[in-house]
Parts: sequence; structure tokens; C-alpha cells
Amino acid sequence: MVWAVGTLGAVAVAFGVAVFAVDSMARATFALLASFLCTGGLLMLAGLHYLGVLVVLMMIMEMLVMAVFMVMYMMNPAGLMPMSMLHNRRGALAIAGTAFAAMVAGIFAVPWPEREGRPRGDPAVALGEASMGPKMLVMMVIGVAILATMIATVALALKSGRYGDGA
Amino acid sequence: MAEVAVLGVLAVAAASLDALLGGRSWDAPWREAARLLGTARRTTVRSDVLLMRTGVVVLPVAAALAAAVVPLGGGAAAGVPVSVVWFNALEVVAWAAVWLVGWGTNSAFALVGGYRFLAQGLAYELPHMFALITAALAAHSLDFRKIAAAQDGLWFGVWMPVAFAVYLVSALAMTFWGPFGHPVGDDVAGGAALELSGADRLVFFAGRYGLLAVAAAASVPLFLGGGAGPVLPGWAWSAVKAAAVLALLVWARRRLPVLRMERFMTAAWTVLIPAVLLQMLVVGIVVV
Repeated sequence: MVWAVGTLGAVAVAFGVAVFAVDSMARATFALLASFLCTGGLLMLAGLHYLGVLVVLMMIMEMLVMAVFMVMYMMNPAGLMPMSMLHNRRGALAIAGTAFAAMVAGIFAVPWPEREGRPRGDPAVALGEASMGPKMLVMMVIGVAILATMIATVALALKSGRYGDGA
Repeated sequence: MAEVAVLGVLAVAAASLDALLGGRSWDAPWREAARLLGTARRTTVRSDVLLMRTGVVVLPVAAALAAAVVPLGGGAAAGVPVSVVWFNALEVVAWAAVWLVGWGTNSAFALVGGYRFLAQGLAYELPHMFALITAALAAHSLDFRKIAAAQDGLWFGVWMPVAFAVYLVSALAMTFWGPFGHPVGDDVAGGAALELSGADRLVFFAGRYGLLAVAAAASVPLFLGGGAGPVLPGWAWSAVKAAAVLALLVWARRRLPVLRMERFMTAAWTVLIPAVLLQMLVVGIVVV
């Protein structure tokens, strides 16, 4: 278990480094995706099966859509000429170093609570109730409303819709 | 792992059936495989071989990993409590595979094919997901085994026909098969798979048959009562039902033309999603 967590963590970090080391937008995208997949694996190892699988599902979809936009908007997208993902090296190094030091300090400085009692049977249900509680119904209604908005937007944007050529 | 092997056999059978329906001999896929294994790989100028190979290999791997959670009869090879979400996540891996192959070969038509599949995937993933959720909602579980067990007496396919139909249509689209074959369509000279040759081509298309077999097999616990049936044991009924659905999907390729993508995507957004949402509402009211 410890070995699996350590390996997944190390692989996730390695792919994260690769994002900034490769010279092609497509490779950077998929290195980032691989890093996220390792994170999903870590969640699954922690017993959060639903969240872990959801991270895998959402990240694949999201990174694929992002690949389209990144390739579309970036200069030199295909990496046909050497490309660097690094900008403002000194400032970035300082910010990243400070953030890393602060987080590591936090790990040691925070008084972690001892486990009291046993976890609930289904961690997904427990998480849902912890984060939404009595507002579950509101969240579900909002979720459907957001989806309806998405579909309506697409329907309006269609060629035959309100803002199409024929309008 | 017997479950995964059975689905592999089904995938090979699907290839044979497709050859038969296409007027060739049943062993045409075998001869094609042997020919591809003996063919030298074609390389394109400045291709990204790493990404292209990743895309090729990831397709059958995703099919096998998805097959691991689909139960034949009682138990699945891997007992994942959220197997429906796992199955869907691995179907989506196909998007990455096709895009990577289309991009990696550095060829214009292949790239067009890769982008087509992304647009198509986005349009069909939502109805697909809602069809899966509808069955999960009725069974109060994201576990294929519990969904199959919840259908004693009345199959979900019978009392939620819209969800079942949407599942089958979107399954065809998610495996870029038959009427939804534009990502590898003839109008772009073979699309994403245009530059694939030799072993690469074999692995890629074998992976697609694998995905098709898994999608057919998953419809059995979702909508067709799992292993329930008289006389025969559970695994046999599961295999028979999966084979029947798979035969239907393969037959659809030979019977239906490749549909115009933008028209059918409009239908996906404006017809399939509202229809399956209404179905979900009905199921929700009945269940709760």
C-alpha cells in the first residue's frame, strides 16, 4: 500500500515535470493527463473509489477538450520547432519554491487529528452529505438547470437555431 | 480473468461476422491479421511516434480493463463497487486513442479524423452517460452486479426502452462503428487510421472490436437482466445475450449508411439528451 502510494505519487510528479520539459503542446497535454490519472489512482487507493474513477473520467474528457483549445491558440502548437513551456523563470522559481516550502511546513506544523471511530460504509455518500448536507435537493435542481442551460445554448448556437445563418 | 477472455472471443467472432455480412469468408479477419503482421510499418515525415503508439496500444488495453468489471452471470473479474463509472471512463479513453493516432501520424486527413471523434464523442457521451445513470438509478447502485440483480422479473430494457435505445445508439458512436464511423470514414481517406499500417493497424482495429464487444456485453447487466434465464447457467445466458446484442451492432454497420455527422450531432443534442432525461425522470418517479 505504502509502496503503491509512493510509486503513484512519484510518477505523478515525474509527469508533472514532463509537462514543462517536452517541446510539444500535444505531449505536454498528455503528460498532464497522465499526472492526473495517477492522482485518481491515489484517491482510489485511499478507498474513495467513486471520486477516484470520477477524476479519471473527467480528466480524460477535460484534457482532450483542452488539447483542442491549446493546439488552437498556442503559437507553434505542434512542436515542429523547439518550444518552451517556461516563462518568467526567476519569478516562477521563487513563487513555486515558496509555495512548496509553505506546504511542506504545513505538513509538519499542523496538529493532525487522531482518527475517532470508523469511516462510514460508503465514502461517496458521506462526502456528499458532508459537503452538501440538507442542500442536496437544491444542488440537484441547480445541476439539472445548468445542464438545461448548456443544451439550450447549443440549440441556439446551431446553424438552424436563433443565431444561425438563416436567422 | 475468464470474463475478459470470453469478451475477447466475442470480439473475434464479431470480426468474423462482419466479414461474412460483407460477403467475404469467415476467416478473412485472420488472413488480414496475418497479412498486417507480415507488413512493414509505414512511417510519415516528422510523426510523433510516441504519441501515435500510445494511442494505438491504449485502445485494446482500455477495452480489456473495461471488460474486467462487466459481469458474466454472477461475478466480474474485478469487483469494483463503482463499475458503471469505471466502464464509462474507459470508453472515453477511446477519444484519447483516436485523437492521439490522428495527431501523432502528422497527416492532414488523419488529424481531421481525430478531431471528428472528439466532436462526436462530446455529443454522444452525455446521452450515453444518462442512459447508464438511468439503469443505475433504478437499481440504486453503480455496480453492474447489483444492477443485474435488481432486474428479477422485469428487465430494465423492457420498462425503460428509451434509455436502452439511446445506450445502443451512443455505444455505436463511442466505438466509432457503422453509421458513426466518420472518424475513420472513407470521405477522409480512412481518417484517423489512414497512416496506420502493419501491427499498429491490427492492434488499433482489434481494440475497436474489443470496445464494441464490451459495450454489447455491458448492455446485458444494464438492460437485459444479466444472467437471468431458464435452464442454462448464468454465465451462459450472459454470453448468449451479449452475443445477440453484438450481432445486432455488427449487423447495423452493414445495413445502415454512415450518417452525416453534423446532422446527427444536432439530433444528439436536441433529441437524444432530452429523451433520455425524460426517461430518467419517469424512472426516478417510479423508483422514488
